[in-house]
Amino acid sequence: MSRKLLDLWVGIFVAMGLAGVLFLALKVGNISAGNFAETYPLTAKFANIGGLKVRAPVKSAGVVVGRVADIRFDAKDYEAVVTFHINESYRFPKDTFALILTAGLLGEQYIGLDPGGDEKMLQANDVITKTQSAVVLESLISQFMFNKASEGPTE
Amino acid sequence: MSEPKHGAWSTVVAMVTHLGHRVTSALQQLGFVARFFVVLLLSSGQSFRRIHLTIRELYFSGFQSLLIIMVSGLFIGMVLGMQGYETLQRYGSADALGVLVALSLVRELGPVVAGLLFASRAGSAITAEIGLMKATEQLTAMDMMAVNPIGRVVAPRFWGGVISMPLLAALFSVAGIFGGYLIGVVFIGVDEGAFWSQMGASVDFYHDIWSGIIKSFVFGIAVSLIAVFEGYDAVPTAEGVSSSIKSTVVQSALAILALDFVLTSFMLREA
Repeated sequence: MSRKLLDLWVGIFVAMGLAGVLFLALKVGNISAGNFAETYPLTAKFANIGGLKVRAPVKSAGVVVGRVADIRFDAKDYEAVVTFHINESYRFPKDTFALILTAGLLGEQYIGLDPGGDEKMLQANDVITKTQSAVVLESLISQFMFNKASEGPTE
Repeated sequence: MSEPKHGAWSTVVAMVTHLGHRVTSALQQLGFVARFFVVLLLSSGQSFRRIHLTIRELYFSGFQSLLIIMVSGLFIGMVLGMQGYETLQRYGSADALGVLVALSLVRELGPVVAGLLFASRAGSAITAEIGLMKATEQLTAMDMMAVNPIGRVVAPRFWGGVISMPLLAALFSVAGIFGGYLIGVVFIGVDEGAFWSQMGASVDFYHDIWSGIIKSFVFGIAVSLIAVFEGYDAVPTAEGVSSSIKSTVVQSALAILALDFVLTSFMLREA
């Protein structure tokens, strides 16, 4: 086989392989979804994060605007400190509410951002003070049972 | 030793001696492989300076493996599509089929199965070629002409395999995802939007795709090294070459599966 033809086939092979990697990155891995976009960090403190994981999405109005970067435990006031990275192109008001929500009944947990009406915007490394913890099923059930019990016998 | 030569005692001594011999010869072999690898790396310069040597090997071990890799990937993806749908629909989450197919291919099946196929398709061919060159004293003849056989014959085959393997694994995954799409979306009727969007949302480039590429690269090094070493170390007879080819396939398969376990445990801990 002539060297030119060999080069051609090898070129096709390598180009196909690289196209495969590119396909995996773009279509399968969805690398365009803010992986390389500029981000800024925000922090929020929760009394209970439930099953929130690092890399969980941060959504506002259902749209993914960032990802959870770090979860730590604050031993001073016994709260969970969650750091997440928000896409640079999105800005949120100072009085934004951070909630831990669940996708579906048993789905993964994510952070929902509910924007408030403040004129001032959150800057990088700011701390969101208004938070709502994850709903823990056990406490929900016990609340329900206590309510039932306090109603007294229903006869 | 003043021990009386009982039959049982001498059998035990013979067994322990045999065990010791097995261990020392295995260690010796390991040291030989390590020295061979260092010499291979040191004389690799030639395979990049005379790049057409490596390109020729890319053609034989990479391009010619393309068909078997992509057809196998397609079938594995189709089976994943059927089995995954069968299980997922019991829990009412058939929409997650894309995630299942993509994650299992990109993380595990792509690198591992492509590596196994590569070892039996290209690795065995490399061993046979180098072993026969040794048996017909072509390597000795090169040495006589002051041509370094490791630089001229072994290194290009090694680098050809190392470069081919990640590309083949990626193409295997792509073909598999297409197979899963074919069965899941086209034949069974899973929603196309959910198939792709859930896949895109759950597959992470760094943790899933990149770790798969790293895996296939490591497997490429392991398989290529085993293949060229077995060929170079072959007993220069017909029987010796055939047993070298056999041990290339066996050792490559074992190396891939063992390395996969080690790499996966590291990658999952890091995540």
